[in-house]
Amino acid sequence: MADPTHDDAPIRFETHPSRYRHWKLDFPATYGGRVARLAMDVQEDGGLRPGYPMKLNSYDLGVDIELADAISRVRFEHPEVRALVVTSAKDRIFCSGANIYMLGSSTHTFKVNFCKYTNETRLYLEELSALSGVPVLCAVNGTASGGGYELALACDEILLQDDGSTAVSLPEAPLLAVLPGTGGLTRVTDKRKVRRDLADVFSTLAEGVRGKRAVDWRLVDESASRSKFEAALKARVEAMVARSPRSATGEGLALPPVSVTRTGDVSAYKHVLLQVDRGRRVAELTMRGPEGDPRAALTAEHWSVEAWRELDDALLDLRFNHPTVGLVVLHTVGDIEAVRAFDRSLVERARSEWLAREVLLLQKRVLKRLDLTARSLFALVEPASCFAGSMLELALAADRVFMIDAASTHVALSVVNFGAFPMSNGLTRLESRFLYDPSVVTRLKDEAGLMDAGDALKAGLVTFTPDEMDWDDEVRVAIEERTSLSPDAMTGMEANLRFAGPETMETKIFGRLSAWQNWIFQRPNAVGAAGALTMYGQPGRPVFDYRRT
Amino acid sequence: MSSVVNDTRIPNNVDLSSDKKLQRALEEWQPNFIKWWGAMGPEGFQQDDVFLRTAISVDHEGWANFDYVRMPEYRWGIFLADPVADRTIGFGDEMGKPAWQQVPGEHRNTLRRLIVTQGDTEPASVEQQRLLGQTCPSLYDLRNLFQVNVEEGRHLWAMVYLLHSHFGRDGREEAEGLLERRSGDPDKPRILGTFNEPCPEWLSFFMFTFFTDRDGKYQLLALAESAFDPLSRTTRFMLTEEAHHMFVGETGILRVVQRSAELAKLDPNGDVRKQGGIDLPTLQKYLNFWFSSSVDLFGGEVSSNAASFFASGLKGRAKEAGHEDHVALHGTYRMVTPEGGALVERDVALRSAMNEVLRDEYVGDCQRGVDKWNRAIAEKGVDFELKIPSRRFNRNVGLYAGMRFNPAGELITEEAWQAQSGQWLPSEADRAYVLSLMTKPVYEPGKMAHWIAPPKQGIKGRPVDFEYVRHDAR
Repeated sequence: MADPTHDDAPIRFETHPSRYRHWKLDFPATYGGRVARLAMDVQEDGGLRPGYPMKLNSYDLGVDIELADAISRVRFEHPEVRALVVTSAKDRIFCSGANIYMLGSSTHTFKVNFCKYTNETRLYLEELSALSGVPVLCAVNGTASGGGYELALACDEILLQDDGSTAVSLPEAPLLAVLPGTGGLTRVTDKRKVRRDLADVFSTLAEGVRGKRAVDWRLVDESASRSKFEAALKARVEAMVARSPRSATGEGLALPPVSVTRTGDVSAYKHVLLQVDRGRRVAELTMRGPEGDPRAALTAEHWSVEAWRELDDALLDLRFNHPTVGLVVLHTVGDIEAVRAFDRSLVERARSEWLAREVLLLQKRVLKRLDLTARSLFALVEPASCFAGSMLELALAADRVFMIDAASTHVALSVVNFGAFPMSNGLTRLESRFLYDPSVVTRLKDEAGLMDAGDALKAGLVTFTPDEMDWDDEVRVAIEERTSLSPDAMTGMEANLRFAGPETMETKIFGRLSAWQNWIFQRPNAVGAAGALTMYGQPGRPVFDYRRT
Repeated sequence: MSSVVNDTRIPNNVDLSSDKKLQRALEEWQPNFIKWWGAMGPEGFQQDDVFLRTAISVDHEGWANFDYVRMPEYRWGIFLADPVADRTIGFGDEMGKPAWQQVPGEHRNTLRRLIVTQGDTEPASVEQQRLLGQTCPSLYDLRNLFQVNVEEGRHLWAMVYLLHSHFGRDGREEAEGLLERRSGDPDKPRILGTFNEPCPEWLSFFMFTFFTDRDGKYQLLALAESAFDPLSRTTRFMLTEEAHHMFVGETGILRVVQRSAELAKLDPNGDVRKQGGIDLPTLQKYLNFWFSSSVDLFGGEVSSNAASFFASGLKGRAKEAGHEDHVALHGTYRMVTPEGGALVERDVALRSAMNEVLRDEYVGDCQRGVDKWNRAIAEKGVDFELKIPSRRFNRNVGLYAGMRFNPAGELITEEAWQAQSGQWLPSEADRAYVLSLMTKPVYEPGKMAHWIAPPKQGIKGRPVDFEYVRHDAR
């Protein structure tokens, strides 16, 4: 059986519209270039790994990597765009969701990481609308099942072709004995606010719901016959363009490939260094702080852009290509004041420059990616480090922060710590950290200076502050202890502790993915010898253990 | 059994009057059906007396009762083949257990889908053929067309009965949907592609009844094996009627072929077109088109749906009893599969290959008909052989879709396809030529259009020149 995770070639996340195999990104002249159109046209033989033909616009990680890239291009390279249309270039099929044979032949680890990545991408779509002012319309011009409907759910509006056969469906439970892994159930009730009993019927009806009933049940916003579909689409798109608050103008920022040199288990980017120690199952992730003039033009080489894109790439590399690494040690190197200057400058420019706003959002997304990385995170604050402002967020994202109690070792806050980078739960990392007393956060706003280990410990920003004598041993013991614990228990525990406070649709999606969906994905009723996922496409039929848990 | 009630609004042998709710539901559907028939049934002949066969019961005497009837007054009824006592499931994982008299909840949606898909083809073909009467080659053929049409209408009734009696509100909605979709309408097309193809002239009609209705026959044979007994009984009775449709196609093409051979002999250069006939190379192109379009209807060569239908007992193989292994869990099926730009033979789990198993039987059955045509050609001393193309040729569904194959089944390039497909499929000019032969109807009893030979005999002992349709009666 083909195993996407055990192929020798590592998975890479770099792509470009000119190299897309499964999507076509264009800007129809009808709308004067103000609308981006993203059409899915999955190449059957274009799977990331061999062994599973991707029929009927079913997708694998490779398809989603292109989708994520396209969303990013619209943000950065196309400031003129005021609305996005997601549709299918194939006749009679919009998208049939994640490829079942790909899932069936993947390891559990891969499946979970795949689902998580697709979830992040769907959230990027929603963020594109909510924070970049580009509303998204899903033109469902053929059947949308499973992940296909989940993609539609991530758009602001869904227009469904009403031709007697085009349906939306979530057939995971009745067909495969698993749950929709990309937020389907959560968005049905929490976003589209489908009544729970109707959602229950919908989620057990493999063939899905069509036409008017899909509208009545709130599963889609509108249904239109084939001959009226284009007109309905145009009306909605034009309304979206008219209400788009995006005011971006001028040239976009072209995003070149992130440059990296990989030697063995060391990946050296310009600002980021990832060193993997397979024996110890530990990775050292070092991010270098900025240098130079923060007011320099926001090009792809500007630290605020480049360093964070590199960090994003390194995190994905870790997730997909280094599954046994249990602990990531976070380091920073650089000048604290330079970080704060870059933060301040970016926030100021964001008041008037769309690109600066996009860069802040990029940093926000990368930090969320870190929050959602299921590895233990220890931050080490050392003499040369620059955990300040945006880079302090790395430490605040970590499960523990160790700060050496030594002269010239500091942490510092900046304006970005107080609202620029909310987590999935809607709170800043500081607010999540000090849930017990919100006034702590208010008081920290006055902490303009450098904080040494004593200050930081008192302020609750760090966990332990060993002195130079104890540092090496304390850190070594902590790492060894952590990596000896059960990886499953740590994943669950960390996910619980990182996202304290209120639930949002986002936290529910990820929480339910890592709890219910993953649990069901591991159960014999799905993946056992006679489980539904195992038997899919096989001559036999699934056999269930009917005891409820 | 077979106690048929003919004096109610809906003739039936299912004791409809004992189930008032069902009776009411069907009586509410009936006017909509008649409305649909009026709008989409044969245009221009609704007031004519037509010499039709009407099923009035399911026994040997009753299912073929001939008389003049005006089509809107045709007695569309509900007939199920007699039950088999203590029938058990004949294949799949549930083999040997009692057949289901009620729909098991587990299979409700799937069965409904199967029935709706089958049911959708019945009105679709009536719609495809609604204008053909206006260019009929003879009254004999006109009558055969209408016979096919009213029986497709009855088959729709058969499926609607199942939907109404076993599938609750959803079933009733689907029954309405069957009257709302329209063949070829881009807004509400019929479910299967072939049933949206235009059928604008009689050569296509004969091809359709030969090739496409024959798919219907094999689908019905497979459904006749179903563990869901009402579906099995319904489809078993439908098969008795379906045979006539195949007869219309087979003898229709045979007569075109005969005429073509005659005209070839008449012309000094053997130019059939010059003599106003349909030349055999053109006929071959139509054959290629309708065969390839019809084999698509069997679905993908490797199909998880087919496997699951078989496993759960919903749909078997044609004449399942003739097969040895009815569980088919461990068997394999060898098929030619495109891989990396070449064709290789590969073993596929037998259950996943059930569509292909059914297609095999279908292709064999088609070949028997084509052999008869070839014998007729040879008898006339013409040197031409009609050939069924490879089933890989011109496919839009399954393993071979999206690739190009010549009629011999060899993989060819897109360029080669573009250069040669005009020799294999009817061109616009071919279609225009065939249409040009069929611009006027022939209403004179016994007379045939120039391009078709008369049939060997008439219907139910009547002569060929019998007035099968009283077209001037109105």
